[in-house]
Amino acid sequence: MASRVIMPKLTDSMEEGVVVKWRKAEGERVESGDVLAEIETDKAVMDLEAFASGTLRKILVPEGTTVPSGTLIGVIGESDEDIRGILAGAQPSAARPSAPRPSPAAVASPEEDKRASPRVRTLAREHGIDLKAVKGSGPGGRIIERDLEPFLTKKEQPTVREVPLSQMRKAIVRMTTQSKAPVPHFYVTIEVEMAEGLRVIEESKKAAPSSPISINHLLIAAAARALRQHQGLNASFAGETIRLFSSIDIGIAVALEDGLIVPVLRDCGSKTLAQIAEAERALVARARGRDLSPEEYTGATFLISNLGKFDVESFIAVILPPAAAALAVGSVREVPVVRDGRVEVGHRMMLTLSCDHRVIDGAVAAQFLQTFKQALERARDL
Amino acid sequence: MLLIRRFEERTAEMYALGKIGGFCHLCIGEEAVAVGAVDALRPEDYVFSAYRDHGHCLARGSDPKRVMAELFGRVTGLCKGKGGSMHLVDAERRFMGGYAIVGGHLPLAAGVAFTVKYRGGDQVVLCFFGEGAVPSGACHETLNLAALWGLPVLFLCENNRYGMGTPVERAVALYSDVAQNAAAYGIEAGRVDGMDVLAVRDAVGKAVEQVRTRQRPYFLEAVTYRFLGHSMADPAHGHYRTKAEVDEAKKRDPVLLLRTRMLSERLATEADIKRIEQEVAQIVREAVEFADASPVPPVTALEDDVYV
Amino acid sequence: MAESGWAGEMKATYREALNQALREEMRRDDRVFLIGEDVAYYQGAFKISKGFLEEFGSRRVVDTPITELGFTGLAIGAAMAGLRPVVEVMTFNFAILAMDQIVNNAAKIRYMSGGQLSVPIVIRGPGSAAHQLAAQHSQSLEAWFCHVPGLKVVAPATPHDAKGLIKSAIRDENPVIFIEAQLLYPMQGEIGDGDYTIPLGVAEVKRPGTDVTLIAYSKMLLVALEAAEKLAQEGIQAEVVDPRTLRPLDLTTLAASAKKTGKVVVVEEGWPFAGLGAQIAESLYRQVFDYLDGPIVRVTGRDAPMPYARDLEDAAIPDADQVVAAAHQVLYRT
Repeated sequence: MASRVIMPKLTDSMEEGVVVKWRKAEGERVESGDVLAEIETDKAVMDLEAFASGTLRKILVPEGTTVPSGTLIGVIGESDEDIRGILAGAQPSAARPSAPRPSPAAVASPEEDKRASPRVRTLAREHGIDLKAVKGSGPGGRIIERDLEPFLTKKEQPTVREVPLSQMRKAIVRMTTQSKAPVPHFYVTIEVEMAEGLRVIEESKKAAPSSPISINHLLIAAAARALRQHQGLNASFAGETIRLFSSIDIGIAVALEDGLIVPVLRDCGSKTLAQIAEAERALVARARGRDLSPEEYTGATFLISNLGKFDVESFIAVILPPAAAALAVGSVREVPVVRDGRVEVGHRMMLTLSCDHRVIDGAVAAQFLQTFKQALERARDL
Repeated sequence: MLLIRRFEERTAEMYALGKIGGFCHLCIGEEAVAVGAVDALRPEDYVFSAYRDHGHCLARGSDPKRVMAELFGRVTGLCKGKGGSMHLVDAERRFMGGYAIVGGHLPLAAGVAFTVKYRGGDQVVLCFFGEGAVPSGACHETLNLAALWGLPVLFLCENNRYGMGTPVERAVALYSDVAQNAAAYGIEAGRVDGMDVLAVRDAVGKAVEQVRTRQRPYFLEAVTYRFLGHSMADPAHGHYRTKAEVDEAKKRDPVLLLRTRMLSERLATEADIKRIEQEVAQIVREAVEFADASPVPPVTALEDDVYV
Repeated sequence: MAESGWAGEMKATYREALNQALREEMRRDDRVFLIGEDVAYYQGAFKISKGFLEEFGSRRVVDTPITELGFTGLAIGAAMAGLRPVVEVMTFNFAILAMDQIVNNAAKIRYMSGGQLSVPIVIRGPGSAAHQLAAQHSQSLEAWFCHVPGLKVVAPATPHDAKGLIKSAIRDENPVIFIEAQLLYPMQGEIGDGDYTIPLGVAEVKRPGTDVTLIAYSKMLLVALEAAEKLAQEGIQAEVVDPRTLRPLDLTTLAASAKKTGKVVVVEEGWPFAGLGAQIAESLYRQVFDYLDGPIVRVTGRDAPMPYARDLEDAAIPDADQVVAAAHQVLYRT
């Protein structure tokens, strides 16, 4: 028995529908319940299921055509059945190709005939993306944020993550602040063997006499390496939270005639030793020339102060907010050291790390210094 | 009393001229209750009233200029124009308001009394309300609490016989002796002629002392009459009261009664009374002038005092 | 009672946290007193005031008859005269009887008096549903109170927040509606040691995330956190924001989260039409419309009086799966 496929009335407000896509082809076998086509109603795109089994003998309405509900759009029957009678009763008169349907927002301007979420519009504006080139995967073809992903350059903005204080942390804050307001300092000292570092410096002097690597460059690079591994030190105490910075911004103390300035090298974690050296040279030159802008001498997340050239053995630095730690570096001294039971000449440098106890605990500081020491002592790998 | 009378008369005039808006409930005829009762209080006692509060507020000693300014909705009013006729407050004089929900302020009065007791003080809270408030849940819950906890409240029921357009006998089951409503809670009760200011002062004086010393509430019914309608929007007679009834009541006008008595007992001369009339006229005139000349509150202050 | 962990770290139930806080406030300030049904001899219907009668006596722990209008109004009068009452409503369903006193008196007296009088009162008790308490005992009415200028409304979800916020509420000069929850009373959590306050009007990010913002308060905060755990298993990092104070609302914190993720779900237990979530959504639309990737989705209780039957009641109250589904919807992952 042949069966008629009708454009359905799927909602009570539906007057007509569009065959968006035929899912079965003429001559294909269909079973009752199979999806024959996708129909667009006034509300959504819905599946049209077969009510009978057989062969889809005829498709009467091509894709993209709008027809009133009730119109015959196809015939299912046996492959050898005579369906002329059914076909004769079809009323295709109201069929017409689907014009682009006016969007519900009738005031769509020509540039904005695509639906897009407000966030998408803002991002498109900020990144100069032409939405006409973007395919929307949201309801009704809305362009949603996910659709912009291929168009957005993944630029990592430096982030700041706020971590709420745990009760233990709060207690540590309370106890350490009581003994040393406002920033409770503690200090850890370590001695570093600089033989390898000095060799690297010598080699760079030969390779580029006008712009050699300095001890400060090694210190900054080693600190950046160690801070990448021990992110808890690249942080700040912010009252109710600890602020963790994703960008490692190292301030290096520079002595001026009348005082001290701390120019900041930004994003040391992404720089090579060579890049650090170049940046440091430029910054220090400008610092000496009083040519720094405020952004260039504030906001260091970690501080290094090197009094080595004044022959200072060791000293203790003061932490400057927003940093939670400061490294004080002494001079490199030739001293007798014992290696494998023999006395040899060592080139030792004393480092003292001042830490904000609200943010950093002893063990963490010690681990940081271990990593730092290792990095310095293998200076070649920096 | 004369001050209140003339003030209320002028208020009616100002309302008709559009200087005062909204609901305006005048206490003409009931002055004796306000004056007699408040006169028996100490400065550290508290007073609560409902929406017919101009007389109570003036009796307590509030500056008529600032009361009129509040009625005019000016920023110099007692409440900076934020309260209006039904919500006069003068905290300095412990006049705690002015409330528009019938019966709604009775629990507040009990609460202030609770505080007095909590602090071991001996102040009394005088709470004015009309007989229309007596059947309310708020009234009964308050009477119960006051009796249960021995709160120093003097509940002063001004029975002017009408709750807006409904006479008391159609609203209060125990209407012939309204004080019985309180007696049901074991609260001591009394009744006084509300048109006789000296009788009121005497009765309230005794009741207040009882409340103060025994730390127990008291319910006093003052039988009185309002000569005008419920509010400016309500006629004095013709709707639910006859002119004859009103005229009969006016024969016992409290101001007239006192004046007659003062003259007959030689407590004052005609000249004295005339002088008082002139003083009062001056005070009221100055109050209107002050109010009329005062600025309106700035719209920028609209959200001030929503929160502390 | 509360157990002490490592120096400063204490665990307590929500109920214990309130008991502690109220006790500390009553010791600190003689003006503070507790009033309500069964707060004294019964030790509190939900044991919030356990031990209070013994410590403070009947002057400061006052049992009342079952007359909410009367004793709430009385407490408001006491506040006007200088005391700092804490009114316990056995549940906020019963506060409806006192609405005239709360709205027409407590909220408005300061304003109507032009600033002459103030009402430093706290009205506290459990709001929201428990288990099968049926239609008249299961309502979430915070939207009603939030509607009224002159009131502050607080709904803490954790013991830590409950303690810090009730102290702030008591010390606040304005009337504060403090909504707890019967089912939260036994929940354990870390609380701060000693006297600490949490300011009113400050929200808290209870769980940081990047992909979707879930805003929820009171019991629903726990539901949102549970949903966040489920979402995490799918690789979706939900940020859960707890407003803590409902009026005034900390729009800054809520908007910052909404701007960050662009996808917002608001969860509330109350009825949908004109519920508080509608206001939160409107406020966010005004603030961060250009950063939203789609409409804000609300998860609410069902639009019917609370049914008695267990299964119906469970269906009428939002659960974690509903919140997960809402998150999927707002993430276009249905």
